[in-house]
Amino acid sequence: MLNVESIQNGVVIDHITAGRGMEIYRLLHLENHEQPVALLQSVRSKKYGHKDLIKIEGTELPARLEILGYLDSKITLIYIRNGKIEKKFRPETPKLLRNVVKCTNPRCITSIEDNCEHIFKLSPSGKYRCLYCDQEISVKK
Amino acid sequence: MRHLIEPADFSDAETLAVLNLADRISVNPSAYAHVADGKVLATLFYEPSTRTRLSFESATLHLGGRTLGFSGAEQSSATKGETVADTARVVSCYADIIAMRHPKEGAPLLASRYAAIPVINAGDGGHNHPSQTLIDLMTIRQRKGRLDHLTVGFCGDLKFGRTVHSLVNRLVRYPGNHFCFISPEELRVPGYVIEDTLVPSSATFEEVTNLEENLPKLDVLYMTRVQKERFFNEEDYLRLKGIYTLDAEKMKLLQPDTPVLHPLPRVDEIAMEIDQDPRAAYFTQVQNGLYIRMALIMTLLGLADPVTGEKVLTC
Repeated sequence: MLNVESIQNGVVIDHITAGRGMEIYRLLHLENHEQPVALLQSVRSKKYGHKDLIKIEGTELPARLEILGYLDSKITLIYIRNGKIEKKFRPETPKLLRNVVKCTNPRCITSIEDNCEHIFKLSPSGKYRCLYCDQEISVKK
Repeated sequence: MRHLIEPADFSDAETLAVLNLADRISVNPSAYAHVADGKVLATLFYEPSTRTRLSFESATLHLGGRTLGFSGAEQSSATKGETVADTARVVSCYADIIAMRHPKEGAPLLASRYAAIPVINAGDGGHNHPSQTLIDLMTIRQRKGRLDHLTVGFCGDLKFGRTVHSLVNRLVRYPGNHFCFISPEELRVPGYVIEDTLVPSSATFEEVTNLEENLPKLDVLYMTRVQKERFFNEEDYLRLKGIYTLDAEKMKLLQPDTPVLHPLPRVDEIAMEIDQDPRAAYFTQVQNGLYIRMALIMTLLGLADPVTGEKVLTC
């Protein structure tokens, strides 16, 4: 059994689909986080069998945690303060994804315009489409 | 400030108000000859166009305004690496309104995010062409007397045919319409049009490959060109061009009051022998293009109709 000490202040990203922890680690740029971060992979889970999990220590949490609702609908966010659970919730599906994923359509203006934001909007069909060209988001989940 | 980047940028009521204004202009164009005195339209055309650019320029001149701009990216600072965003900012200092055509999808939307003046999408790649949509609606309404309960056939390149995407986007808002998409497998309507425009609407649709079999049931036939400039691979273009041709023989299968629309230019998808057929509506579309663009420029510049005293947009 692997033991990682509890955090006093910070956030736990729980119930990550097994195998996707590293992708989320990278998208949140946790390699640049200056306080302790633990990525646990294929942890046993009563709910899902196996899961990945990330613990992030510190009061300064990474930006863009809202994108987690897009990346993995199973995720639970648990905020810890002074060793106790402050809040626990599933992040909502964001209506816009700004500079999270790049549009891959070679016909899209984002393919040639410097400094153009890559924005995807949640469409009525529940898919994310490029704001500029309407191409469906293409990312390895 | 309002822009026209995609058809849905105007509400149903606003769309009808633009169509009604265009109808009034068509009846008495001279009444509108000085509505836009002193106003300047910038035509930023990053790819070649005859009809659309001249139509926007003519519309401005008919309203008493003036025009400036370029036709072809090689005439612009794009060759020096200037971004669309910067061009939009710069041109905002010289003009009152922009009409932009660009080969890349979404370029006019990007321009509208940086421009200080209204932007009209005059065609962005294979994506949208909302002013053509207004022309198509005006022509269909003239010929059929309504925009609802129609069986509309779209034939040809439905994948890259931006006028098709934009017109479908608008026609689904009227009740009882049925769409018959006639195309080869490779040029079918894009998934986003089906999933986000057709499926959530009450409209019904079918995707077929045979033109002749489907002609008799159509109330409107919308032909399109297989566009060479949209293909990355010449072989694919050569294989698909000329796949559908509407000629006098096939016209016999159409109902006597079914108009044939085409956004032009045509290549070989409509034989010249049917140009004199009263159902051929594509040159009427060109004439309507002038009136629609006059109406559109007035609308986005917030200019009141001298006949009624009313403005199309109230916000």
